[in-house]
Amino acid sequence: MYSRAYKWIVSAPPLLWVAIFLLLPYALMFVHSFWLVRDGMIAHEWNLQNYAKLFQNPVYLEVLFRTMRIAVGVTLLSLLLGYPLAYYMSFHAGVRKDLLYQLVIVPLWVSYLVRGYAWKTILGSEGVLNGFLQYIHVTNEPVGFFLYSPFAVVLMLTHIYTPFVFLPLYASLEHIPRNLVEASQDLGAGSRATFLRVILPLSLPGLLAGATFAFVLTLGDFLAPLLVGGPSSIMIANIVQSLFGTAYDWPLGAAISVCILLLTISLLFLTERLEKRWSFR
Amino acid sequence: MTQPGSSAENAAARAASGNVLLDVRNVAKNFGPREVLNHVSLEITSGEFLTLLGESGSGKTTLLRLIAGFEQPSSGEIWMSGQRLDTLPPYKRRVNTVFQNYALFPHLTVQENVGYGLQVSGVAKPEIPGRVNEALQMVKMREFAAARPAKLSGGQQQRVALARALVNRPNLLLLDEPLSALDANLRKQMQGELKSLQRELGITFLFVTHDQDEAMALSDRIALLKDGGLEQVASPREIYAHPATSYAAEFIGQTNLLRANVKNSVVECGSLQWPATRPAGPALFSLRPESIHLSPDGSVPADAIRFRAVVRQQIFSGSSEHLELDLSGQPLRARIPARGPLAGEQEFWFSPADAVAVRQ
Repeated sequence: MYSRAYKWIVSAPPLLWVAIFLLLPYALMFVHSFWLVRDGMIAHEWNLQNYAKLFQNPVYLEVLFRTMRIAVGVTLLSLLLGYPLAYYMSFHAGVRKDLLYQLVIVPLWVSYLVRGYAWKTILGSEGVLNGFLQYIHVTNEPVGFFLYSPFAVVLMLTHIYTPFVFLPLYASLEHIPRNLVEASQDLGAGSRATFLRVILPLSLPGLLAGATFAFVLTLGDFLAPLLVGGPSSIMIANIVQSLFGTAYDWPLGAAISVCILLLTISLLFLTERLEKRWSFR
Repeated sequence: MTQPGSSAENAAARAASGNVLLDVRNVAKNFGPREVLNHVSLEITSGEFLTLLGESGSGKTTLLRLIAGFEQPSSGEIWMSGQRLDTLPPYKRRVNTVFQNYALFPHLTVQENVGYGLQVSGVAKPEIPGRVNEALQMVKMREFAAARPAKLSGGQQQRVALARALVNRPNLLLLDEPLSALDANLRKQMQGELKSLQRELGITFLFVTHDQDEAMALSDRIALLKDGGLEQVASPREIYAHPATSYAAEFIGQTNLLRANVKNSVVECGSLQWPATRPAGPALFSLRPESIHLSPDGSVPADAIRFRAVVRQQIFSGSSEHLELDLSGQPLRARIPARGPLAGEQEFWFSPADAVAVRQ
């Protein structure tokens, strides 16, 4: 067996890492959320004002709900794109499987910013999409609402997070023993019934994991609204960012962060419970 | 090629027991350049227990999958009760399968697994619980109705798989090495239950195995496959008594293969000679060990072929003795009733009728 000293030496670096870069910042954020700003300085006086503000000022809740709407939209769209792709690749792609898999993965190597700017180029009033629509005479002048709208944010984030939804889905589909599909057909079920009664239920853990990725990552995103969203699609992370930056109200920013953190943690907790219940091996 | 008398006997037996349920006509299957089945033709009679027996790679599972509909034949046709089967998708065939690893749905309970086939084929809802219950009763698994498959032992999963396949009342039940994952005792027990279940229900069973003892114990007829082709199709007794080929003779039971030459209706094999009505030329004969008898006092039946051989080894196994004989260089295996130690040269005999000509 390993000696006590060895165990300590091996486990110390990761523990230190977690303590310094995770637990400490969270603790700082947590205590800040109970302080306040007076005369442009952070005053270390314990109070609940920040939390009260969150519920009194309708802007915060409105932005939070918008963020969640966008997150739901991104999640649903990513599933809509990712599931058929994963299903096709797992069950019908045959020898092309590996190539297609690489094609799904490659965009993950491209910087988030580059992909954001690409969408700006596509959706802008001088952009590719408008140019094309005018070229084929669908429109006569540039359409403004493509860019700088919640629609653009959903589009861009869907593009970015679909691989994250695809990967766990594909893994769970690949894990379904093929003789279960044969057994289903053997017992008289056509493709539709086999999908609904066997494949879909057995892919639920992967579906849930993918959906959680898309939802949680969107919830914390602030670059997409900056790049393609415009003022009408400000998300909750943008508010946090400005509170910690130009607005210099760390306590309020921290209070919002704590709320989002709690929301995310309870979501993860819930999905983990569900995943456990839906996995049978 | 079976002996003329016996194949007529087979045909008569089949005609008596019922009509042809499944007709495999000249079916071949290639996976790329690899030929897995080589123009197989096979008729399965309604109500019989037929076993596809062969080593791994002999094509037995492929033939089963062609009948179930999971693979398409490269050429040839499969018919069932006058209807073309190989053009139908698996879910439209009145054929059900017991899979090798059971393939139970892990997310469904035992009763949901068994009821699956009834639900998807649109059996009236109120009828389902009764039929599920009946099927579970049949395999003695009623008390596990609400359990998930993961909670069951291998033997129990096996029973559920059987109930799930039988609840649809198929015309033909395919069983793909269903007992291979069970330990020896359970295996024996399940063999007995399978056989009596098959008799009770009168459903035609097509059973795949590589275990010749299992095939002998269960089958009405055995179809022996080798390298994608049928070696012989006959009842266990027939195949044992009259193996068509040297492979059949050696795969089912033990035998002595005697390389001989036929001249003027006399077989010459080393120092042995016996009469046989066969065309002249080289021939191969199978002589079962128990067909060689000891003649302690030199008295033998009238037409017996007698010879003297040296006993090289003797293994006692309770009721019988296994002897390794040396007949002037030709090794022979014999099995005789237990009778104390033997040594040196002894007198033996066999009846010419027991030396069966087989193809190479």
